[in-house]
Amino acid sequence: MNIFSSRLRIIKRKYLPLIKSLQTALLLITGLAGYMSARCPVHNIPTVLGLTGSLLLSISGSTVLNMWYDRDIDAIMPRTSKRPLSTGETKPKEALTFGLIISATGIGWALLLDPLYGVIVFAGLFFDVVVYTIWLKRRTAWSIVWGGISGGMPVLAGRVLGAGQVDWVGITLALGVLFWIPTHILTFSIRYHDDYQKAKVPTFPSTYSFQTTRLIIAISSVLATITFGAAAYGVGLTWGFLRLLAVLSAGLFILAVQSLRSPSERITFGLFKYASLYMLSAMLLMFLTGF
Amino acid sequence: MRKISILDRILLLVTVFLAAYQISYGLNGLDPFPTWSYTVGFGVLLVASLLLIILGFEGLESHIVVIISTLIPLSISLGLITEHFSRFTSLYSAFFIVGFFSVAVTRYAVKERTATIILSAIHGIAGVLITLLPVILCVTGDVSPGYILVGLGGALIGLGGLLLAFLKAGKPILPRETILSVLPGLLLSMTASYLIGFLLK
Repeated sequence: MNIFSSRLRIIKRKYLPLIKSLQTALLLITGLAGYMSARCPVHNIPTVLGLTGSLLLSISGSTVLNMWYDRDIDAIMPRTSKRPLSTGETKPKEALTFGLIISATGIGWALLLDPLYGVIVFAGLFFDVVVYTIWLKRRTAWSIVWGGISGGMPVLAGRVLGAGQVDWVGITLALGVLFWIPTHILTFSIRYHDDYQKAKVPTFPSTYSFQTTRLIIAISSVLATITFGAAAYGVGLTWGFLRLLAVLSAGLFILAVQSLRSPSERITFGLFKYASLYMLSAMLLMFLTGF
Repeated sequence: MRKISILDRILLLVTVFLAAYQISYGLNGLDPFPTWSYTVGFGVLLVASLLLIILGFEGLESHIVVIISTLIPLSISLGLITEHFSRFTSLYSAFFIVGFFSVAVTRYAVKERTATIILSAIHGIAGVLITLLPVILCVTGDVSPGYILVGLGGALIGLGGLLLAFLKAGKPILPRETILSVLPGLLLSMTASYLIGFLLK
């Protein structure tokens, strides 16, 4: 019992922080929402469990591999310098092995569940780890587009698993996530501008300007709300849910415009938080529609 | 400025859920015009409560908060007029547009004192309508007595609007700290009164 609890403590200390739990949970919810949006029978417990397990492992795996690759810049940035790979709590080889094992298990499980679903989950991991993190993140600020595409893969994968095919609703849902990503990531890059500068990671605020970045955030917020609105209509949300989504979208739009008109750290980080809540709410509405 | 507490956040979160319920389920079966009028009113309540949770009471400092908040009594009173007294729809829609733009323009273009008078007048008229119309409807027997709670919500929004308006004008009726400490509870009571009132209609 003592050995078991001490191992649990080690896992909690060394490995769990490698999985960004909130981000992973949000992406997992998008996957479940995509699945439920196809109005699958919710009592199909094995499929729901398979979707949850395979997505959880794949998303966590890609996060661990990102952290393993970015350990040098994480150590430079004050915000991330306490991560276990930066502090030496977890050895790089341990993190790489852990990341590869859970990624492979997640992808394998996904392929067994449904080949097309598995391919999309794999594409998400490939875009995130190889294209975004390894290839582009240190070269161009535009790398976030690829980060956005990989962020849209869980919802598309969930939709494909439910609907059995890639349809326009699934692509629109993924596009919604893609347009939402700048609101989320760029507000973060404004807030932690100095950190990214220190680590020499190109971001929109450093490559262009803060004002241009805020303009892009406002534009992408509008595009995200329009795209989610179209997807919600395609999913068949009730008029009541559509009205609620419209209200939440209006809030996002107003906050984005306010951030453009009267920029401040409080508004910027408020927008970051609201955008996360918006995504969560939009996905919960899609999810509830499945019942 | 008073920091927002955990209890404030909980009260505001419940307000968010109640407003979300009202928008999603509470307006079914109404004509499009009143539906969208109520949606705007409850939508502003929902977003305002969410923003207070996220930004804290500092969010109230902005002019835009005052302007957008005016939509709550204006939209709910417009919804009541279009639902129950449809012959006045055009007249009250005109008041809605003129009232809203007057508040928006005077916030930026004239002295604070004049802006506050305009704001109080618009809030006052809309608040009195929301308070009295449900009472009239209950007395005439057009709706069940429980609908009077919508009137109570109107009285509460009138009270909240006036407290905030005079606070912004630099002549607070109550101390700033007191106003901010009762605001989340006031928003929740108001939303709950509306919701229950509409349910009992």
